[in-house]
Amino acid sequence: MMTVNYAALCVSGFLMLVPFLWMAATSLKADNEVLSMPLRLIGSRIAFENYPRAWNYFPFARFILNDLFVSAAGTVLALITSSLSAYAFARLRFRGKDKLFFAYLATLMVPQQVVVIPMFLMMKQLGWVNTYWALIIPWAFTAFGTFLLRQFYMTIPYDLDEAAVIDGCSHFGIYWRIILPLVRTGLAALGVFTFIGYWNSLLWPLIITNQQSLYTLPIGLQMYHGQYGTQWNLLMAASTITVLPTMIIYLIAQRHIVQGITLSGIAGR
Amino acid sequence: MQEVESAATVPRTGRRRSEALPAFFFLLPNIAGFLLFTLVPIIAAFALSLYDWPLISEPKFIGFGNYIRLFAKDPLFGQVIWNTLVYVVFYVAANLVVSLALAVWLSQEIRGIKIFRAIFFLPVLVPPVAISLIWQWIYAPGNGLINALLAVFGLQGPNWLGDTHWAMASLILMSVWQLFGYNMLIFIAGIKGIPQALYESASIDGAGGWARFWWITVPMLSPSIFFAMVMTLITSFQTFDQVFVLTNGGPGSATEILGLYVYNNAFLWFRMGYGAAVAVIMFLFILAVTILQMRLQRKWVHYETA
Repeated sequence: MMTVNYAALCVSGFLMLVPFLWMAATSLKADNEVLSMPLRLIGSRIAFENYPRAWNYFPFARFILNDLFVSAAGTVLALITSSLSAYAFARLRFRGKDKLFFAYLATLMVPQQVVVIPMFLMMKQLGWVNTYWALIIPWAFTAFGTFLLRQFYMTIPYDLDEAAVIDGCSHFGIYWRIILPLVRTGLAALGVFTFIGYWNSLLWPLIITNQQSLYTLPIGLQMYHGQYGTQWNLLMAASTITVLPTMIIYLIAQRHIVQGITLSGIAGR
Repeated sequence: MQEVESAATVPRTGRRRSEALPAFFFLLPNIAGFLLFTLVPIIAAFALSLYDWPLISEPKFIGFGNYIRLFAKDPLFGQVIWNTLVYVVFYVAANLVVSLALAVWLSQEIRGIKIFRAIFFLPVLVPPVAISLIWQWIYAPGNGLINALLAVFGLQGPNWLGDTHWAMASLILMSVWQLFGYNMLIFIAGIKGIPQALYESASIDGAGGWARFWWITVPMLSPSIFFAMVMTLITSFQTFDQVFVLTNGGPGSATEILGLYVYNNAFLWFRMGYGAAVAVIMFLFILAVTILQMRLQRKWVHYETA
């Protein structure tokens, strides 16, 4: 019974991975063998040269650095602002708190498409089109971050704050020395979500940049697709280059991601 | 949520006074950005949708002109709405069924199960642009993976993405594969929170696997299912990346959905006001569906009051 269970798990897991295996296999095929029939997973030789070819056709290193910079800066900013506002919602008493929090939550329903058109016009006014500012700033003040961290803060017993107050600790002191060290997992989860959100983002960079020197990886890959059409082996090599960093992040931060999703899911109650 | 909140904010002696001043400073950085980059653009979008604004010239106020044109004179818009509804209904339904089924299966605590959970979740974090390129190659006519496999059995597959009958289904299949892992993790966490005793006593009463799933797992999990359904609906209405790369709305307009139509209007044809009107309608759809869900939840969502 257990063996059947494992066998079924392995088969489904394998099926799930087929698209990635197909990507990797294609990326290592020689030009003349990509389209050869009948189907073969591995060609007569392994064409590693596809990777330097794909890499050098476009300034991929530049795209990766751009994406890395934008995603890291945005993530740091989002962590700072959300961890502060979440403290107010989870720990402080003030008038209109529930209404304000509800307004935050309500904006989670607003599609990105509603925001991007006025945002584009605003960036034009500011002269921020084709700048790193425009790629980073607008998405660093999310309601989601405030919401997620508030959920984590709520799990910390109040007695800790009270003890700190008795010891003469300020609110900033409580936030900095008690809350933050206890919600490292929450910060890590939000950090990963925010980073991946920036890293994968397509719509906004597509709207706000048209210079190659500012392209992020998804835009670069999309342009590559436009130019290289159906040279599948090179396209799959470029895709592999794009896919790998997120997979590595996932492997490193898996535990935090799972906990972040779990807690945001429970928040539905 | 209500309960957690009241437990955490029980008034305590000595701390009854308002903490408005510190709250102000804690909120300031986030709220300033939130107002400027979320609230103002939302309000601006509604205002913008009342203007005719072909980016190169001055905006002209036309009242509900854009909306009238959308519903009365834009032959494509009806199709876009229809496509979006088809996409949303089938995608969300398939996503929930697959993620729930796999969650039930993968919630067993056996050795190595975490590896399998990780595999099923993996595509969620991968850039949708890359995912869509991979699937374009899988769906390719002639030598793509699916048709090459069909050819082994002597079958000739259709041109999945180039055939109006198959393009939408192909898009939905890819989206489900990519994203069901997120809901699956939410459900696994929910299932693990269900007291084992419920299953045991049901088994003693002679309930089979299906009955236990239907009468214990589903009701106990209903808050998580509700949450996942609301969030998945909200995000699926906004789908852009996948359709932009995979089919770009084609063939013809077979996969032109709202998310893409906003982009095309505003940033391909530079009709700012018109694009904003489409975006507002998209928002109204999401709002209506979300409110409907909140209403209906009383009928089927089971909240534990322990």
